[in-house]
Amino acid sequence: MNTNNRNGEVRIGFYICHCGHNIAGMVDCPAVAQYIAKIPGVVVSRDYKYMCSDPGQELIQQDIREHQLNRVVVASCSPLLHEHTFRNAVAAGGLNPFFFQMVNIREHDSWVHTDREEATAKAKSLAHAAISRVRFHRALETTRVPIHPDVLVVGGGIAGIHAALTLGNAGKKVFLVERDPSIGGHMAQFDKTFPTLDCAACILTPKMSAVRAHENITLWSYSEIVKVSGYVGNYTVTVKRKPRYVNEELCVGCLECIQSCIYKEGKFPDEFNVGLSKRKPIYIPFPQAVPPVVVIDPERCLQVRTGKCKKTCLEACADRNAIDFTQKEELVEIKVGNIIVATGFKLFDAKRIPQYGYGLYPNVVTAIELERLVNSSGPTAGEIVLRDGRPPKSVGMLLCVGSRDMKTNRWCSRTCCMHSMKLAQLVREHTDADVTVFYMDIRAPGKGYEEFYDKSLKEGIQFVRGRVAEVTDWAMAPEEEGKLVIRVEDTLAGFVRRIPVDMIVLATGMEPQADAQDVRRLFNMSCGTEGWFLEKHPKLAPVSTFTDGVFIAGCCQGPKDIPDSVAQAGAAAAEAMALIDKGHIEQEPNTAYIVEADCSGCKSCIPLCPYTAISFDDAKQKALLNEALCKGCGTCVAACPSGSIRQNLFEDEEIFSEIEGVLAYV
Amino acid sequence: MSDPKWQPRIVAFFCNWCTYTAADLAGVSRLKYASNARVIRLMCSGRVDPQFILDALAQGADGVLIGGCHLGDCHYGEGNYKTLRRFQMLKRLLSDMGIEDQRVRLEWISASEGERVKTVINDMVEQVRALGPLNLPQRRQDWDREMAEQHAEPEAAHA
Amino acid sequence: MPDKPKISFYWCSSCGGCEETVVDFAEDILGVLEAVDIVFWPVAMDFKKKHVEAMPDKSIVATLLNGAIRTSEQEEMARLLRRKSQYLIAYGACAQLGGIPSLANQFSRGQLLRYVYEEAPTVVNEAKTRPRTSFQNNGHTVTLPEFRNVVRALNQVVDVDFYIPGCPPTPKITKAAIGALLEGKLPPKGSVLAPDVALCDQCPRKASKPADLGFTQFKRPHQVMLDPNLCLLAQGIVCMGPATRGGCEALCPAGNMPCTGCFGPTSRVRDQGAKILSSLCANIASKDEKEIRDILAGIPDPVGVFYRYGLAGSLLRRKVSLPVEPDQETP
Repeated sequence: MNTNNRNGEVRIGFYICHCGHNIAGMVDCPAVAQYIAKIPGVVVSRDYKYMCSDPGQELIQQDIREHQLNRVVVASCSPLLHEHTFRNAVAAGGLNPFFFQMVNIREHDSWVHTDREEATAKAKSLAHAAISRVRFHRALETTRVPIHPDVLVVGGGIAGIHAALTLGNAGKKVFLVERDPSIGGHMAQFDKTFPTLDCAACILTPKMSAVRAHENITLWSYSEIVKVSGYVGNYTVTVKRKPRYVNEELCVGCLECIQSCIYKEGKFPDEFNVGLSKRKPIYIPFPQAVPPVVVIDPERCLQVRTGKCKKTCLEACADRNAIDFTQKEELVEIKVGNIIVATGFKLFDAKRIPQYGYGLYPNVVTAIELERLVNSSGPTAGEIVLRDGRPPKSVGMLLCVGSRDMKTNRWCSRTCCMHSMKLAQLVREHTDADVTVFYMDIRAPGKGYEEFYDKSLKEGIQFVRGRVAEVTDWAMAPEEEGKLVIRVEDTLAGFVRRIPVDMIVLATGMEPQADAQDVRRLFNMSCGTEGWFLEKHPKLAPVSTFTDGVFIAGCCQGPKDIPDSVAQAGAAAAEAMALIDKGHIEQEPNTAYIVEADCSGCKSCIPLCPYTAISFDDAKQKALLNEALCKGCGTCVAACPSGSIRQNLFEDEEIFSEIEGVLAYV
Repeated sequence: MSDPKWQPRIVAFFCNWCTYTAADLAGVSRLKYASNARVIRLMCSGRVDPQFILDALAQGADGVLIGGCHLGDCHYGEGNYKTLRRFQMLKRLLSDMGIEDQRVRLEWISASEGERVKTVINDMVEQVRALGPLNLPQRRQDWDREMAEQHAEPEAAHA
Repeated sequence: MPDKPKISFYWCSSCGGCEETVVDFAEDILGVLEAVDIVFWPVAMDFKKKHVEAMPDKSIVATLLNGAIRTSEQEEMARLLRRKSQYLIAYGACAQLGGIPSLANQFSRGQLLRYVYEEAPTVVNEAKTRPRTSFQNNGHTVTLPEFRNVVRALNQVVDVDFYIPGCPPTPKITKAAIGALLEGKLPPKGSVLAPDVALCDQCPRKASKPADLGFTQFKRPHQVMLDPNLCLLAQGIVCMGPATRGGCEALCPAGNMPCTGCFGPTSRVRDQGAKILSSLCANIASKDEKEIRDILAGIPDPVGVFYRYGLAGSLLRRKVSLPVEPDQETP
């Protein structure tokens, strides 16, 4: 076997990690070390308990010095976890960090196989492949990519707002883009928040105002992202600004135009009140909307649809001249270095569980609908009433509607136990109704949450442990007449019960937004199997994504409550700030490069690059690759028909030798 | 001549962002699957040069598995579409060269689909096991017995 | 006067085109004859095998051997000439890579012999007579070489020093190679004696190739009136130029036909067919599986197009499901 390559004599140090029992429990590490020791060029071959520990790393550094190693191979866990650690260790030992290759014998071997012999044979093959490959490694340097200091925050709910304020306060310029006419998100619809029963609007609106007033935050509401291109530190984003037909700068929020609209009364479902009330085609989403600017619904406004309206709104606006029917959709391009996606969630459609009677029985409502009823600026001015206007005497709250359910959504929506108990307390406060909560488990893990549960119990709220089977209005006893009957197996009592109530509240679960797949493709993110945006690592990198420079925060990453959403928003802002303040990011040197003398100028590579890193040099009649734009996918390398483009860290010889090595041990 | 101890050997080329990560997830989740696949990590399935696939078979692999992101989800935009297009023609070429369809397989596996890594590998190993060894190095030796004198070829048959 | 360096030419499984190249030297052949002593050239000179056997080992400076190796006799001659030559040069695509004859590696020996001696439309052979390796008649024995199962490139049979590519090689590169040989200015052993850049570099149609070419269909030369000035790939024709060594000065495109790859790949490529496949397919302008398949249907014979000259020298070499049949005495 050829140990001399164009880099001179190769001296390889091989280390196989026991990882405690994780690897050694299934792979015979000493045997692998012995096998590798026999391969020409391997000067040192050791097995050790914990290679990633300080002594483990020092062992490598010592060997580099004492044995003049010029290549290092470590067989342990996934490179996605510790490649960086070992590269740094090698660099600290005085050797260029890219003379290092890692072998995954834990996630891909010891953890997934059950036969010791097979697992050991596989470890030998994989290690052999790395030894063959590492011979061809060359010294490489990381490159620096500058980071544009501006940040884009997508979504103006509590998470987006908090991220924008944190960054704005740190002196960074932020673009906050929100699809709805006002920021505030779902939190703006809540009445009180658990466990403190703070008024949601009271704690949210100051933050919303702060966003509006902030000199560093550019708020673009009623706007959507349509295109994102570029890469970390250098994103170009196209924002579509939808026409309100009202000039944001000129509107003072007097609302006289709404009063004067030719529609004397609201006629169209009010989105903020979840359809429980009606609005006019010209409206403001809710009184504390930010920006406090009126919006005209293009699908409902007579003027926008037909051009034939008296335009009483224009008259009412008089010399403020804020209404402008000539407004058009505008596409604006911005440049940012980082993006925080905080697009939130949508609620489960209760009609998907027909046996609960939502949409069938008028007094079956969802939790968010009850939230609006309870709220003093809601459709009933805070009166909790049935559809016929009477206050309810009994209320049943059904938990896990569209959560923890094999037939609909398998996950737990995390907040429903708490918000149901909160609503239960509010119902008891506003009315004297008996409230019964039907639960499978009560999840109250947060700070003050268990105490809140205690308080609910002390306030006389009943709890029945059982998943409700159905809701029916078919009375089978006199006390059930005119009521909705809940049929449930009371699992603690041990028998099936029929419980009549006036009103039923369904705690509908959280789901990813309807357009989550389109949104995540825009930002080059992945989704988990359930549709939530995928974090880079569930424990160690919960707000980062696999795309550098794109972060996620809040419920778009998975169901969570307000404290956790705010915490994640702060975390995402901190991650973005770290990049901005450092000013650059170290780019992995796996870029492609063209060997000019070899290139024939056949132009096969040029259309393949997603980053337009390759162009044609007319003077030289050859392809030209801008390494600063290259992200290292290697597609052009595979395509070059004369083998004239190569890829650092993934050279053809390196991969061919890996193939040979992987098949060497039978 | 078939060795009773023969086990299928599958060389797998996994893209870093999706399939390799999914295989890691399978490990973290302690899923158990057949040990016959050996993974070679690449940044994108678009880096999979058809030469790698042919070379793996020529060097003794019984099967080759390529794993990439789902179409539309490539970390680099459209690398996997190039893989798809190459794969379509490669399948025809391999068929014309007498290599059974199930020996070379392309799968789209996203980062959260650890379970799929397990099912795809298990499935492929069984299919290849049923086909028997390909063992091209042995076949070449068998073919070369017809020559009056044996000849050891240069290691790199190109300069 | 010191002895002139001895060279020899031999042909194996070939068409004679490589010998034509030497004839195409025209008047330059005189210069060659002045400089060297041709000691063996079956097509043109009367030297016999026994003359070669009588020569001391390595007394021939260079043998230019063309043609693929298909029979036992060709193997024997290749080995003989290897012993007797300082440099053994694989001359032409067949010797370098197997050439067009190696497309026979898609078929078994049985299939080929059956076709040639029984099934071909113009054959009349009711007795199913087949040639035999040995035949006795009137006390004389006549022999024929054995017809192997596998077509081989020269370096799959003996050690080769250099390669001169082409089907056939051009007079120009042949002269350059002989010149380099006589002046002692040869590159490292194993080199191909032609430029190591793909043909597009020298192609007069290069400027007309767009930098954003996406294939929406593939056509074959007989299906289209070819524009003599526009890049052939841009016309939807499969041209092997991007994956083929230059050195021929793009004779085929100059003749309004696509390059078919006869100079073989550059030194950086292990399998020419795989590389052109990679390049062409990557640039197909469709994302729909069915549409992609339809576009690729415009290349009905991938082996014949991508491996026209290089099947024996490719990574797979031969259709793997083919048997190794015993001596043709028992078909």
